[in-house]
Amino acid sequence: MSNKLTALRDWVDDRFPLMTLWNDHLAKYYAPKNFNFWYYFGALSLVVFVIQILTGIWLVMNYKPDATLAFGSVEYIMRDVDWGWLIRYMHSTGASMFFVVIYLHMMRALLYGSYKQPRELVWILGMCLYLALMAEAFMGYLLPWGQMSFWGAQVIISLFGAIPVIGGTLAEWIRGDYVVSDITLNRFFSLHVIALPFAIAGLVFLHIIALHEVGSNNPDGVEIKKKKDADGKPLDGIPFHPYYTVKDLVGLTVFLMIFSAVVFFGPEMGGYFLEANNFIPANPMSTPQHIAPVWYFTPYYSILRANTINFLWIDAKVWGVVFMGLGVLSFFFLPWLDRSPVKSIRYRGVLYKGALSIFVVCFLILGYLGLLPPTEGRTLVAQICTVTYFLFFLLMPIYTKLDKTKPVPERVTM
Amino acid sequence: MRTLLATIFLAAFTQFAVASESGLKLMNAKVDLHDKASLQRGAKMFVNYCVSCHSAQYMRYNRVAADLGIPEDVMKANLMFTTDKVGEPMTVAMRPEDGQTWFGVAPPDLSVVARSRGADWLYSYLNGFYVDATRASGVNNLYFPGAAMPHVLWELQGLKRAVFATETTHDGATHQVFERFETARPGVLNEVEYQRATRDLVNFMVYVGEPAKLVRYALGIKVIGFLCIFFIAAYLLKREYWKDVH
Repeated sequence: MSNKLTALRDWVDDRFPLMTLWNDHLAKYYAPKNFNFWYYFGALSLVVFVIQILTGIWLVMNYKPDATLAFGSVEYIMRDVDWGWLIRYMHSTGASMFFVVIYLHMMRALLYGSYKQPRELVWILGMCLYLALMAEAFMGYLLPWGQMSFWGAQVIISLFGAIPVIGGTLAEWIRGDYVVSDITLNRFFSLHVIALPFAIAGLVFLHIIALHEVGSNNPDGVEIKKKKDADGKPLDGIPFHPYYTVKDLVGLTVFLMIFSAVVFFGPEMGGYFLEANNFIPANPMSTPQHIAPVWYFTPYYSILRANTINFLWIDAKVWGVVFMGLGVLSFFFLPWLDRSPVKSIRYRGVLYKGALSIFVVCFLILGYLGLLPPTEGRTLVAQICTVTYFLFFLLMPIYTKLDKTKPVPERVTM
Repeated sequence: MRTLLATIFLAAFTQFAVASESGLKLMNAKVDLHDKASLQRGAKMFVNYCVSCHSAQYMRYNRVAADLGIPEDVMKANLMFTTDKVGEPMTVAMRPEDGQTWFGVAPPDLSVVARSRGADWLYSYLNGFYVDATRASGVNNLYFPGAAMPHVLWELQGLKRAVFATETTHDGATHQVFERFETARPGVLNEVEYQRATRDLVNFMVYVGEPAKLVRYALGIKVIGFLCIFFIAAYLLKREYWKDVH
């Protein structure tokens, strides 16, 4: 039997680089042996992506992208489709959990300098993935056609209207109508189920290929390729398969426990994953008192609202949009803003450690404030956090250069 | 980042005291989906008092029958209009335009109202009616001031008068603060019985909001149980492979 399987493998291998691919990316892809907790989230985000694609396929079988039918078709899935409620909750939970793992994955890069030379392209492709994921989540959120779906889309698309001269036309072009309507729902459905998943799949492919070209970073920020044995294998590297496939299996199991706990015991997550107002069908005639985006967008929403000053004769709202955009785009420049000779936080000095801590706290505060309606005090806090957020990036070339780093070891530490 | 995770998970299992539009603290509905008898009584109240104006258009009669253990012939005889078929959803004959004319607003569909409003809000609302001669319906609601709905359950509850006290804030403005209810006219049920009846009704509304809730907890325990066992296997496998990594 195994002989026949080997023969089949060889038959394929003569016509397709099967074993080459297997070896290059799994069996002979050498990963540093000292990966810690933070290194689970890349593989986990791939798993969540697969969950979203599979549950998405089954949802599309029963969902109707029509303003008069969409809300009802979601309830039809929840009640009349066999296991429809499970598929839907997996998809809605998957959306939020995607951002949880992606934010942790990005945090890992900030901790261990994974964006630094020679991994700049890995980082940029990852940031493109983050943008594509945001677009995917934003468009998917319109599909249930509840009040928050409708008004969230209405508010965010109208932001484009703030751009001088072309703004109004641009917002109309995005919606295909003067307000969010059936036309908008149809095009968002198309983009959500075809265009963006394709873009994300392609970017994931590029992200992984780029990573495997330069090799993975690690918590020590040591390049394992610098120390090789006689066979040319990195001394501190172990084959991804089977070592990290079995290790990731453990992490995956823990992740699935948390995922299942949400799906089965609290899919609304107290209103953070599924908002109560979204169980009211979209009504263009009735604006909800408080419109808040889903939690994963709230840091940027806070930055948007924080700017209340008109300067350079341009409206405060326009600056808000500009700052929100810059808030996301700033991450792209990290590889060139960071002048530190070391990668990992383990060997950095107090300046970077302090800056990163303050940045994370500000990001969390902005996220929290974005969930709440603004008050005078909250806006002031949001303004302080917004300024600090940008200072983290703007001052990075200075404080990373001044920082007193520790000597980096020759080999990784376990 | 760990703090963020902890906050997210805490939020899921914490009950926030949610205030209504009127700013009053809501009553606690204390519903129990495991109480089949309560759900059945709630279903009876729903079809007797609510379905004449409100639909539950995503809920089918036979699904209710199956989930609540009501035999289909009993369902047909007692809980359905003769023109309805058991496989049909709970719709109303009243046209939305008529509702608009009669009440000023079309009575909303109640399929997922327990998910948008919450059980506590519904329970408070059903217990919040009081006599108000300025309203067309003769009643107002403490938790939803200016509600268009008449007090459909008044025969059961009777009618209550609301006693307000005048409070002066530090800047000198005065406003009315609710103090207590007093009976204007007793109903068929006493207060405890009425609260139980409305609790049953809200319990049923919570079930209607998400029928899968009856099975998802039980399935969740099995899934997480399996993952716990699988975790042991996965962990031992990892330890075996990693023995030689130093």
